[in-house]
Amino acid sequence: MIEKQKFKKIQIIHQVSFKNQLYMFDFDKWQEIIETIRRHKLRTALTAFGVFWGIFMLVLLLGAGNGLQNGVEYDFRDDAINSIWIRQGRTSIPYKGMKPGRQIQFNKEDFNAVNAQIEGIEHSTPRNYVRGDFSVVYKNKGYNFNIRCTYPGHRYVENSIVSQGRFLNDKDVSDARKVAAIGHLVAETIYEKGVDPLGTYIQIKGIPFKVIGVFKDTGGPNEMKNIYIPWSTANQAYNHQNKVHQMMVTTGDLPIEETEKMTRQIEQLFADRHRFSIEDKQAIHIFNNNERFQSILNLFAGIRGLVGFVGIGTLLAGIIGVGNIMLIIVSERTKEIGLRKALGATPNSIISMVLMESIFITSIAGYLGLLCGVGLLELMNLAIGPEGAGMFRNPEIDINLALGATAMLVIFGGLAGYLPARKAAAINPIEALREE
Amino acid sequence: MIELKKISKSYQIGQNKLEVLKSLDLSIAQGEFVSIMGPSGSGKSTLLNIMGILDDYDAGEYILSDTLIKNLSQKKAAYYRNQFLGFVFQSFNLLHFKNAMENVALPLYYQKVNRKKRNEIALEYLDRVGLKDWAEHTPSEMSGGQQQRVAIARALIGKPKVIFADEPTGALDTQTSNEVMDLFKEVNKEGITIIIVTHEDEISEMTDRVIRLRDGVIESYGY
Repeated sequence: MIEKQKFKKIQIIHQVSFKNQLYMFDFDKWQEIIETIRRHKLRTALTAFGVFWGIFMLVLLLGAGNGLQNGVEYDFRDDAINSIWIRQGRTSIPYKGMKPGRQIQFNKEDFNAVNAQIEGIEHSTPRNYVRGDFSVVYKNKGYNFNIRCTYPGHRYVENSIVSQGRFLNDKDVSDARKVAAIGHLVAETIYEKGVDPLGTYIQIKGIPFKVIGVFKDTGGPNEMKNIYIPWSTANQAYNHQNKVHQMMVTTGDLPIEETEKMTRQIEQLFADRHRFSIEDKQAIHIFNNNERFQSILNLFAGIRGLVGFVGIGTLLAGIIGVGNIMLIIVSERTKEIGLRKALGATPNSIISMVLMESIFITSIAGYLGLLCGVGLLELMNLAIGPEGAGMFRNPEIDINLALGATAMLVIFGGLAGYLPARKAAAINPIEALREE
Repeated sequence: MIELKKISKSYQIGQNKLEVLKSLDLSIAQGEFVSIMGPSGSGKSTLLNIMGILDDYDAGEYILSDTLIKNLSQKKAAYYRNQFLGFVFQSFNLLHFKNAMENVALPLYYQKVNRKKRNEIALEYLDRVGLKDWAEHTPSEMSGGQQQRVAIARALIGKPKVIFADEPTGALDTQTSNEVMDLFKEVNKEGITIIIVTHEDEISEMTDRVIRLRDGVIESYGY
């Protein structure tokens, strides 16, 4: 009678629990899984370490790849990547009866001709230097700074960023105004704290210029020690005789082939105007930043390819490692699975037990690997500082990519466990249990 | 309780078809205490597998507790095993990472009984086999006889109608074997059918009826 009552009780519990089964989270199942994991520390540790290491190395690898790319990109921050620089040189090949060694001297007409005849120019500027022994004087104190005599377009060539006031404009050039845009460090050097540089006058080689703006430059401290004045003003004031020391143009977003064509056209233009052989590579020097940038882009593609290849390899090794361990775990558990089946476990409950266990372990281990990898990258970042170390700077990772890789490892690890688990769930319990 | 009608079972081994059970008839009533004997290769294991719903058969009918057991889905088979049957094995097959109480409670896990409740019930059953004080011990800390008693408690906890024991004393010495058989007798007195597969005469002599199997047919029904 007592036995009967007890049996009824179990039946009732059975029915109640069956309702609980409808909830998404089966607490009892998780308890069983966590308990199993807790009692198998070695195999848990092995699986977890495989996943942890795979993700950890992948994060480091991606971080290092990005660090390298950031470093190289930072190296390029100074000048506009779409600029072409033209410098004068000396002929090296005899041409039409003229001896080699002739100095090529640019002038205003050359600059005008370039602007008139070369298609695709976005901004352009000549650049002259104020030569000789002089100092920049403010309130009876002299300082040494470089003076660049340019057009407003220079701002786009050097990536100057105006922080106060304005840069040179067209009117400054056409009216030959005595105005100057000074670098951030120039302002810091010559003005006392609290003094507004705008509207003050500085003397350059004895001529007073009104300060109209202060700029910063992505190119670093040296670029911020320059003073810009209008080219035309310098031409008159310092007797430059319409000479141009060098000139630069930017090419907008033209493709690399177009800019190479422009380079050849500029070469031809100067060869015609200054009468030197087009074969003479010493007469003028044309430097196309586009090409340099393109080669860097190719380098990036190479780095990305390598990182991708090694990354996929690392991920694959992780997947194979996890799969291997899952295979061993399942074969080690053949007896247990057989017994559970004899005691009333359905094949699905066996498979889900193995799967949930593996997914649970791999997710946590993968997440830890992600956390440690990102943590280490952050430490590296802190150690090398914002200045970067050589070509290496700001190692970072795309968190979505890292999460995706972790998810992939978890899914494939689970899949690697699923196949043997399904096989194990189908075996005859008696066979499994007799296996010694 | 158990009705086998013209059960046939054969295995394909390469090109040859090996007939293991040949149109076998057998009936075992509720509350019987029987042993099945026979030389190796006689079909003992196959018969046990079929009766234990662990394997399917080719032809015939198997009726367990008024239910036709034929072509069941894996899920249904698992359900009937859990509801009707208990198993005891030669090598005990306790999970080494669970303690005695948790091992006994395992069938109730598959009946979706919650942890607290099933451990409570497991303790009662451990008490019945005289091992209540060993509840927290793992199998490796127990003797073979104790392990088999835990296994019997585990077979009992699901309130089975039939307990199948596959060479339950094969790994035990004579004295412990006798203790285990006494336990089976006690259980049998409560009305649970017990079927023991053995090759030891001393064991089969302790049962009420000995069924002898040879070459896939029943040689002697033991009436």
